[in-house]
Amino acid sequence: MATRQTQTLARFMLAPSVIMLLVWMVIPLGITLWFSFQQYNPLNPIRDGFIGFDNYALFYANPAFLQSILNTLILVGSVLAITVIGGIMLALLLDQPMWGQGMVRILVISPFFVMPPVAALVWKNMIMHPGYGVFADISRFFGLQPVDWFAQYPLFSIILIVAWQWLPFATLILLTSLQSLDGEQKEAAEMDGAGFVSRFIYLILPHLARGITVVILIQTIFLLAVYAEILVTTNGGPGYASTNLPFLVYQKASLEFKIGQASAGGIIAVILANIVAIFLMRAVGKNLDK
Amino acid sequence: MARAVSNQHKTIVTVAAWIVAFLIFFPILYTIITSFKSETEAIAGFNMIPSGTTESYEEVQSQYNYFKPFMNSVILSLGSTLLALLIAVPAAWSMAFSPTRRTKDILMWMLSTKMMPAVAVLFPMYLIFRDLGLLDSRLGLTVMLTMINLPIVVWMLYTYFREIPGEILEAARMDGASLWNEIIHVLTPMAVPGIASTMLLNIILAWNEAFWTIRLTAIEAAPLTAFISSFSSPQGLFWAKLSAASTLAIAPILIMGWFSQKQLVRGLTFGAVK
Amino acid sequence: MKLTTLMLGLCSASLLAVAAHAESITIATVNNGDMIRMQKLTDDFTSKNPDIELNWVTLEENVLRERVTTDIATKGGQYDVMTIGTYEVPIWAKQNWLLPLDNLGDNYDAADIIPAIAGGLSVDGKLYAAPFYGESSFVMYRKDLMEKAGLTMPDAPTWEFIGEAARKMTDRDNDINGICLRGKAGWGENMAFLTAMSNSFGARWFDEEWKPQFDQPEWKETLDTYVKLMNDAGPSGASSNGFNENLALFQQGKCGMWIDATVAASFVSNPQDSTVADKVGYALAPDTGLGKRGNWLWAWSLAIPAGTQKADAAQKFVAWATSKDYLELVAEKEGWANVPPGTRTSLYENPKYQEAAPFAKMTLDSINAADPTKPTVKPVPYVGVQFVAIPEFQGLGTTVGQLFSAALAGQMSVDDALKQAQDAATATMTEGGYIQ
Repeated sequence: MATRQTQTLARFMLAPSVIMLLVWMVIPLGITLWFSFQQYNPLNPIRDGFIGFDNYALFYANPAFLQSILNTLILVGSVLAITVIGGIMLALLLDQPMWGQGMVRILVISPFFVMPPVAALVWKNMIMHPGYGVFADISRFFGLQPVDWFAQYPLFSIILIVAWQWLPFATLILLTSLQSLDGEQKEAAEMDGAGFVSRFIYLILPHLARGITVVILIQTIFLLAVYAEILVTTNGGPGYASTNLPFLVYQKASLEFKIGQASAGGIIAVILANIVAIFLMRAVGKNLDK
Repeated sequence: MARAVSNQHKTIVTVAAWIVAFLIFFPILYTIITSFKSETEAIAGFNMIPSGTTESYEEVQSQYNYFKPFMNSVILSLGSTLLALLIAVPAAWSMAFSPTRRTKDILMWMLSTKMMPAVAVLFPMYLIFRDLGLLDSRLGLTVMLTMINLPIVVWMLYTYFREIPGEILEAARMDGASLWNEIIHVLTPMAVPGIASTMLLNIILAWNEAFWTIRLTAIEAAPLTAFISSFSSPQGLFWAKLSAASTLAIAPILIMGWFSQKQLVRGLTFGAVK
Repeated sequence: MKLTTLMLGLCSASLLAVAAHAESITIATVNNGDMIRMQKLTDDFTSKNPDIELNWVTLEENVLRERVTTDIATKGGQYDVMTIGTYEVPIWAKQNWLLPLDNLGDNYDAADIIPAIAGGLSVDGKLYAAPFYGESSFVMYRKDLMEKAGLTMPDAPTWEFIGEAARKMTDRDNDINGICLRGKAGWGENMAFLTAMSNSFGARWFDEEWKPQFDQPEWKETLDTYVKLMNDAGPSGASSNGFNENLALFQQGKCGMWIDATVAASFVSNPQDSTVADKVGYALAPDTGLGKRGNWLWAWSLAIPAGTQKADAAQKFVAWATSKDYLELVAEKEGWANVPPGTRTSLYENPKYQEAAPFAKMTLDSINAADPTKPTVKPVPYVGVQFVAIPEFQGLGTTVGQLFSAALAGQMSVDDALKQAQDAATATMTEGGYIQ
């Protein structure tokens, strides 16, 4: 069993990461917390100074605030739903014997390698543009009026782009997980005459539970921070229809230079993220310990 | 008979899979195609066959020398990945082989440091970087990218190391192998695939980081994310040019990803298997 | 082959490192065509100033603005020359963030700068940024469609005429929209247009006491006119159309009229890109008879941040890029039509330019018709035609722009949009300490 010596060694090995991440967390968090109680606007420094909880009140009073939280949750939830369901279906498909499996897999994972601003630019201009995009060309081919995606379905459009970027990740993890399913078990179930549906529900899905949990956990962290795709495409509009919390904070910080309010928004975002994280941790803890 | 059925099945699966794969890949494919069109062709409606002109690439290159941001992307993503591995391997190691009651909490806490929205700390970070003289420096950005991705790296390595059976360690120890020998001869060979795929994933994440790499750089350290930003939304529609720049920005990592996909996939489980 | 390129690149990189002993200045600029052309012509500058090396940071407009503002506000010192607009100059100059440009050389001839533009870039009589190119806005219209509609465009139309013409020109079956206007949210996008338009209806952002005026009938009339006009005669999806989108629509022959930046004239009249190049006419931006027209004034300009260590070299570069000689240089290399417009009176007196640019006179008239210090009918406490030169405007303008964009998209009524705009403006102005 682990001796005291190895335990000390283990702590010693763990220390650099923990200390560095602690510093990394404490400094920005501390500064943000401090700024969140200050009126600080580098463009208009006249009124700078301590203002207590006013920044929080102002951020909360922002008409976009509640909608931005809702949008954040819708965005995260929808992308998770699309990528998990789509990922399972794709994994089931790719798990079958076929010709050119390697090539198919390469094509499917490719979106994961595309940097977010490029993905957003490509979708905005080449695919979803109401005048010259491929979707518009398809609509016209069928004699339909092209849809102006970013004006009419702004949040949906963002969800589509982000889901496209993350579908490969989900597919890969779920596929690996699926492939680790014991072949004998599968065959036994088939022998028993279990139909696909019951095999899926009683055998495959429970087996994928861990994979699904991991996909949800990792993706949530990234999805809570989505902002580049919004900046490039809808700029949060029309109205606040596609403004999420990070984008609202971005507007405060980089457009209005209200650093105090942006910091208050940042703290709120951290709190929201942690609430989500607590739920996740419960679920993950359960699934990963099995 | 059975074989015919299975062949038929295989054909259906193949066709379905190829259609889906094509649809998913289409936006990238169409960008590459558009990059070989002239500007007039690019907005002239759907067309999969470009005239094959390379004028957009020439135009892009004459406006922004590709070499420098490309090298910066390589240096930043490799540098931050190696640095992250250097810090993360021991940590993941100790968590995997000497777990305590707190291990899970520490892991979760590490992941939660990623939840601070970057946009909220841009201004303070800019001030810190300015005071340390790290603005527009590769060093500063390397450290930044390392810290951003460290939690993911630790997590991924941890889940991988945990798969290595502890008995092997015990056996080696019984044989009187020194710790050093244990690491070099027993563990490293088993850990290499996991480390390799962690490395690949981290390179991808670092390559595609598009917030700090644009905000904290000007010339010396600007990578391909800054390169693409100088071509997005100019005055006028220049889609062929934009496509060429996009292709140039994603091509290196795409090609690396294609060649290493088997390796990447093997380790990209985050403990999802078993 | 690839290896050779790599080696060459490495060699040139190390050579660059050696050559860095020469003073190198960093220029932040926007990725518009005129700026990109300038980058390609810098050999002329470096051959005249071999001891100065130029480094370019080219970014798209929004990112550029964010970057340079952050840098100057934190005194980050990343740039020696910044490309900024008429909005930033008065604000930054007041904060003493910019160096006054008083050493541009003997033959710079600052008096030649168009007075309306120079006025927008000066504070207390001192020039704080040199204009690289300037623009106003005007009406571009299709002469053939106008004729078909049985109408004649006057040189100085009213909104009433524009509305009538737009509705008559609209032919949705043939994909022709009477009018294309900006709808994409942003203080520099739809709000540039709408603020300028509102001036001609006698509206203003704030009264002399800095009280927001969106609850006034002038704004309602402006927004009503705009939304109805766009619904009747505008393209589908107008709420996401900015300059680029409308330019493309007009070039493809899908717009009867387009009211936008005067620089667009050289794009729509260029037969290489435009299918309607020979059919475009120009007119002043419309009015309602109140004495103000709905045209804006903007100049992308080069300024030098106060923190730079290389002020002399930076000033030399600014002088070169905004000189008369530079205009000559562009004309010689790329033709007179590609010269950056709107900065110097002498350009508009040059017969070669007048010949190459049929829209020259209308551009100059438009620029001269805008007065940043007296933008609208009633008195205002601010400077700026299509913006309000206070730091809060970027954020507020964009917020209001989103509301008006939502009104255009039909997601919100005009009254609701105005009411929310009034609330947002009141909140911002209270917070900024302008009003109690």
